[in-house]
Amino acid sequence: MRSLKDSVATAPTLPLSTGERPRERRLGPMMFLIVLWLSLLVAVVFLLTLIVNIVLEGGSRFGLQLFTEYPASSPDRAGARPAILGSIWVIGVTAVLTIPIGVAAAVHLEEFADKKHWFNRVIELNVQNLAAVPSIVYGLLALAFLTLIGVRDKNIVIGGALALSLLILPVIIIATREAIRAVPSEIRDGSLALGATKWQTTWRQVLPASVPGIATGSILALSRALGEAAPLLLLGALVFVSFDPNGLLSGFTTLPIQIFNWTGRPQEGFHELAAAASILLLGLLLLMNGLAIFIRNRYQKRW
Amino acid sequence: MASAHDDAPMHLRPMHTGQVTDHIARPIMRVENVDVYYGDFRAVTEVNLAFGLNEITALIGPSGCGKSTLLRSLNRMNDLIDGARVDGEILFHGENIYGKGVDPIEVRRRIGMVFQKPNPFPKSIYDNIAYGPRVTGMKVDSMDDLVEESLTRAALWDEVKDKLKQSAIGLSGGQQQRLCIARAISVRPDVILMDEPCASLDPIATMRIEDLMQELRKQYTIVIVTHNMQQAARVADRTAFFTAQVSEGTGARTGVLVEYGTTTQIFEDPKDQRTEDYISGRFG
Ligand SMILES: Nc1ncnc2c1ncn2[C@@H]1O[C@H](COP(=O)(O)OP(=O)(O)OP(=O)(O)O)[C@@H](O)[C@H]1O
Ligand SMILES: [Mg+2]
Repeated sequence: MRSLKDSVATAPTLPLSTGERPRERRLGPMMFLIVLWLSLLVAVVFLLTLIVNIVLEGGSRFGLQLFTEYPASSPDRAGARPAILGSIWVIGVTAVLTIPIGVAAAVHLEEFADKKHWFNRVIELNVQNLAAVPSIVYGLLALAFLTLIGVRDKNIVIGGALALSLLILPVIIIATREAIRAVPSEIRDGSLALGATKWQTTWRQVLPASVPGIATGSILALSRALGEAAPLLLLGALVFVSFDPNGLLSGFTTLPIQIFNWTGRPQEGFHELAAAASILLLGLLLLMNGLAIFIRNRYQKRW
Repeated sequence: MASAHDDAPMHLRPMHTGQVTDHIARPIMRVENVDVYYGDFRAVTEVNLAFGLNEITALIGPSGCGKSTLLRSLNRMNDLIDGARVDGEILFHGENIYGKGVDPIEVRRRIGMVFQKPNPFPKSIYDNIAYGPRVTGMKVDSMDDLVEESLTRAALWDEVKDKLKQSAIGLSGGQQQRLCIARAISVRPDVILMDEPCASLDPIATMRIEDLMQELRKQYTIVIVTHNMQQAARVADRTAFFTAQVSEGTGARTGVLVEYGTTTQIFEDPKDQRTEDYISGRFG
């Protein structure tokens, strides 16, 4: 019997270089790569231009005054304090409204609903589609709802939060469902085989294991809501607010709307203020996205 | 072939020769005329079996003959699969586990299960063991003692006693599987079902689990599915051989029980030609 060594040594050696490859096989991938790089370059250049532009324009106004002062008729005395607080209020209330409902809906759809039933299929299809609806439509919906229940002054924190909740609810449901689906079925089986109920298994195994995914999805969804202006404009948030919002029924304005407002003024000073507020908004969005990425990487796949 | 026993190669020689007789004196479970369906597909048909108290019973047979299906039916884990259905009766201490008013949750607590792939929870070693007693509302004097006892019985205590708070995911595959066994016995079941528990383990880890099973059989009844014939021969008191019967009309494959007897009898004196072919490696 020949040893393995012999047989390797005597095996006919095939050269790895097979000569010239056909032109098309060399050129195709090359072109594709170049196109990809160009696309990336365009995107990055745009972003950089934008950032450099607003930093150059608003840098000088990016200071304490932006955070402490109220809007004023002179750019030198104006700040975005109510807008910042308004954003915090609206996003905070949105989070409180959406996360529990979104997670509960996702848990029901993933773990308890009979996926073959037509009713659940319709819901599922709807959730997917709702995520693609333009944000202004949700503004209209919130407007209609507030009118229906007889609210006269619609520019209130809870009204804005309602519109933004409708906007991001489908996003949170989808993200949560994905996180739940990523929990291996072995974990569920292991729990059920010990005599745990379906509910205990969901509550003690599936949900804790999907928290990182839910957190990531929720933060991304909230950061989308933070940058949103259209639905709030519809509710009449484009107003001069010179007080700190202090409750659910308080009037408010938000950062994107304040930016929109200042950009429309004729004085150069207000454009600089708008740019300064944009720096703040961009910074916040970057922070939230960074946090989401951090959570995703930190807690990914523990099994 | 009475002398075959002595001629059998060492690794095929059963450990408990002479301990078990053909008659199952104290059956803890009985499978009576059981058919298992997935929707319209009949995966297993006409199974009649009994599992003796404190015995190890091996289910063997070629892939797809319905061993896992039958095993999952024994503690109603199959209920969790859409469209799965069991006809016939499975008696546990004389009571049909599919009977009216029987709570599948309680069935699963009394009849535990260990899976092919070790599936520890992404929690600490301690919490993996404490989970079952907590969710089933077991009255426990001292959870620490129960955790220690379960881990000791699963021959894992010495290896993990200093790192109970560490994640179970950090354990080796063999340790994870013993943790899963410890977890299964923490809720004090009567029967433990094991579906190819060593399939993903190396020979040494496999040997440890086999030794462990010999310890466990003093207190528990074990039903094990295995593809490893030597393993069945080494650990099991009784062996049931299944095969897939192909229907002439539809070509559907249905699992049937071919032969059930003491492991010695099945391996040394199979009555059915198909068993003999399978045992001697001529098919499957
Ligand atoms: N969840 C399921 N839904 C539908 N059919 C299934 C399901 N699980 C198993 N089956 C079918 O039932 C039959 C028996 O499968 P089972 O997994 O019980 O076989 P097995 O003997 O355990 O095989 P293996 O040795 O490969 O694990 C197969 O034909 C399989 O396709
Ligand atoms: Mg199987």
